Order: sequence, then structure tokens, then C-alpha cells
Amino acid sequence: MNAVVSVIGKDRVGILARVATECAQANVNVVEVTQTLLQDTFAMTMLVNIDQIAMKLSEFAQHMDNVGKEMGLVIHVMHEDIFNSMHKIQG
Amino acid sequence: MINSKDILETIKMIDEEYLDVRTITMGISLLNCADADIEKSCEKIYRKITTLAKDLVKVGNDIGREYGIPIINKRIAVTPIAMLVGVSGGDPIRYALTLERCAQEIGVDFIGGYSALVQKGFSAGDRALIESIPQALAQTEHICASVNVGSTKAGINMDAVRMMGEVVKQAAEITADRDCIGAAKIVVFCNAPEDNPFMAGAFHGVGEADCVINVGVSGPGVVRAVLEKAPKDLEMNELADLIKRTAFKITRMGQLVGTVASERLNVPFGIVDLSLAPTPAIGDSVAYILEEMGLETCGAYGTTACLAMLNDAVKKGGVMASSSVGGLSGAFIPVSEDAGMIAAAKSGILTLEKLEAMTAVCSVGLDMVVVPGDVSASLISGMIADEAAIGMVNSKTTAVRVIPAIGRKEGDELSFGGLLGAGPVMHMNRSDNSVMIARGGRIPAPLQSLKN
Repeated sequence: MNAVVSVIGKDRVGILARVATECAQANVNVVEVTQTLLQDTFAMTMLVNIDQIAMKLSEFAQHMDNVGKEMGLVIHVMHEDIFNSMHKIQG
Repeated sequence: MINSKDILETIKMIDEEYLDVRTITMGISLLNCADADIEKSCEKIYRKITTLAKDLVKVGNDIGREYGIPIINKRIAVTPIAMLVGVSGGDPIRYALTLERCAQEIGVDFIGGYSALVQKGFSAGDRALIESIPQALAQTEHICASVNVGSTKAGINMDAVRMMGEVVKQAAEITADRDCIGAAKIVVFCNAPEDNPFMAGAFHGVGEADCVINVGVSGPGVVRAVLEKAPKDLEMNELADLIKRTAFKITRMGQLVGTVASERLNVPFGIVDLSLAPTPAIGDSVAYILEEMGLETCGAYGTTACLAMLNDAVKKGGVMASSSVGGLSGAFIPVSEDAGMIAAAKSGILTLEKLEAMTAVCSVGLDMVVVPGDVSASLISGMIADEAAIGMVNSKTTAVRVIPAIGRKEGDELSFGGLLGAGPVMHMNRSDNSVMIARGGRIPAPLQSLKN
């Protein structure tokens, strides 16, 4: 099962490192990362595998939300099914 | 891999355009709770609701967090209580208080179903329940009442129409110290749907399964944002296509949430109701959608045409996205809950007559309309009769939820707070209709052929 971690906000040093560390600590495996920079707005989407996640997904989402607030970023953790159902005809 | 454009689009819909699941509503049949002893009947209801729905709020909140979708309300709809009153007799308010106890115990936002279906006539319990509505709503906080007074197949029960004018007026009077909130929790229907998850008109129809999960999704803000980006010279049919595509995405989200909720609660999934239900938040407005189509103000000539197109496009997009679309599905036009409607009503461009015309093509009817508190009950009955006639003849659901603002006059405002918003007292003509309303009886069901 996968989830999507999205990070949006002002660019600064260490965003990817911090988010990846948080994922590792929760035993969440990063599968794929896409990152763009529009002027100085940083937008990153990460596909992560949550089969071995060490806590409930809802707790991880809450934790990442707090991490985002601490870093001045908006971080969402959402189950991938939401995107599959909204943007694909089948599945 | 899901592409990042889709991901960011979804997040923008939620963060900036107020996309949400408005409600997960558990429909619960109370037919097997009916007992000749009202005491036992209430006890069985309490046990059944608090058992079946004990995890509803928790599951709703969990899904909201995991999928990143706000789930605003968790609600319950029950079998029309008039049927239980018919079996047990006694004071119907006992049932209202029992439901209120359930709502507080499990933490749901509303319980709907303090209802009676009297489109053709009154059976045991119906009159007693209808007469008790004002007191029941004054003594509870989370209970909603609805009465179906007409249908395309049965015609309109004019005795019930007369009673409901009085009930709405009384409900406002005895809650006058709370901005007449009682009247905001009563809906008078024609062709009421039995699986509607939205309040105040939700009840669990007798043709439904014992317990089901229905989901109501919303998203006027998302549709408005899509139309805002469209060029001003885009043809109407292309606007309709944009709306359909957006409605598809929103409904798919509702379908997913409903499926997951039904799995976790171990209750069959009923329907997705895709309704554009506005909230007072700026931007989350159906009126603004109509204005994005090219009207200066909602209520301008052309409004009814735009709303007809919107309502139809929403249904078309939604039907393809879900295995089971139901409820009201379309566009709501509640005045006090919609920033654009409030502004249009205040400016005098959106009048009650224009709203009435709009109800012929929207998904419900005259909704959250504040009228002067000194209008007679028969004038309110007249509004109900007109709306019911529109619904009956056009084979669609119509409804009236008007709030007589006791002690206020035109231009004043009532403020309900929360999702119910605040609305200006609108102008009503006072031409007397009391002889017509006093006649009672029935308006016969209309012919379904020779349509012109």
C-alpha cells in the first residue's frame, strides 16, 4: 500500500533530508520523489510505501503536519487511493 | 506513478477551494424498535442506534486523516418517527429526547428523521408528530424534522400544507430568543428522497436496508475555480463539460470514502449524493458559480438557465463516477449558507420570486430563506403549496425551509452560526391567501402524459 507525501512552501536547505528522515523513523519506504521549484516555491511529491509503517497512517499524517508547521511548510500525507480514484477512470 | 500535477490539483481543491465530504450519514431502520409501550420503544431505539453507530464518528475522523479529506459532519438518519408513534401512541417528544440522548452519547452532528410522510393522508401518529415538531425542536439541539406533503403520484395533501405553515411559524416563535433556529431544522418536502444524507431533510426510507452508509460530497468552490479559469467566450456546452469533469472527480472521492467507511463499519454502502452544498465561507458559493458563467449578480435574467445547466452537468458527471448515485444530487441554493446568495438578496436583485423559479431547476427548493416574522401562517403555507406544486408537476424533489424572523423586519438579519450562516430578512408580498389555504383537502396527482 502506498501513500503520497506532498510538501509545499518556501524553499530552504534540508527539506528533503528532514522529510526523508521522518519517513525512515516511521519505517516508511520512499519509492519515488518528484520535486519542482517555481521561483522560490518548493513543491515536492513523494510516493512512499506504508506496508511496514510503525504507526497508524492517521498518526503519521498528523505528525508530518506538525513537522510542516515547525518548518513553515505545508505537508500532507494522503493514502494514494484518493488520487487513483479521482484521476483515473479505472481502479 | 500518479503524476504530481494531479496530486497538487487535489491538494489545491482541498486547501483553497473547500473540497470536502460534507457528511457520512448512517441510515438506521427503527422498524424493529416499534413497541406498543412507548417506554420500551425508546429504550430499543437507544440501544440500536448507540450499538450500530458507536464507531461512526471515530471511523469518519480516521478516514479524514488518512486520506487527507475533511469529513465535516457525521450524521444519522432514522425511520420516520411518526411510524413509531403510530404503534406506541403517547407523546412523540419522548422520541425526540431519546434521539437527542443518542446524538450526545455518540457525538454525531445531527439525527434526522423526526418525520412524517403524509402526501396522501394522515395515518396513526402523523398528526401527533407534526403538531409536536415545534416543541421537539425547541427542546433538542441535534434533531431535524421533515414532512413530505406531496408527490407526483399522490398529489398534494393541502391539510398537511396548512398545518406545516403553522408548525414553521410556531417553531420560529418558541425559539425566537435563539434566532428562530427551530424553523431552520424543518424541511417540508414534495417527492422526498428516501436516501438523502443531507440535513435537515434526511430520513431513512422504509424501502431501505436495515442499516446503510450514505455519503454527501460537496464542492461549489472547486467548480467555481474551474469556471474562473475558463475564457469568457467559451460556449455554454463547453462550460457544461468542464463542470461534468469536475463533478466526476468529486464524486469519485465520495465513492471512495463511502466504500472505505462501509467496510470499516461493516455496514452496506448505500449511495453517494453529489450535491453542490455551499457554506458561508467566501468562495464556497453556488451563486458565485452562476456569476462566473457571466452574470453580474445571481438573480439576473439568465440565472435560471445557468442553474439548470449546472444542476444537469453535476448529475451527469456524478452518475458516471459512482456505482450508486442517489439522494438529492445537484445544486443547492440555500440563501443564508451562501455568501453570494446573501449578497444578491441584500442588493435586492435576488428576490423570492426569482428563487422560486430557480427551484424548478435546482436539486431542492426554497432553502434557508429568512422572511419577516409577522407574516401569517397561511402565507407560509402558500409558499409551501407553490413549491410542492413545482415538484409535483415536474417529477422532482422540492422543499421549503423558511425561517420567519420573529420580531425582525425586512432588511434585518438572522444569524444561525456555523454551516447555517446568516441571512437577510427578504421581502414577501402580503396578499391574502387564507381562503385558499383553509380549504384543505387534496390537489389531485397530475397527468403524466399530454405534457406541454
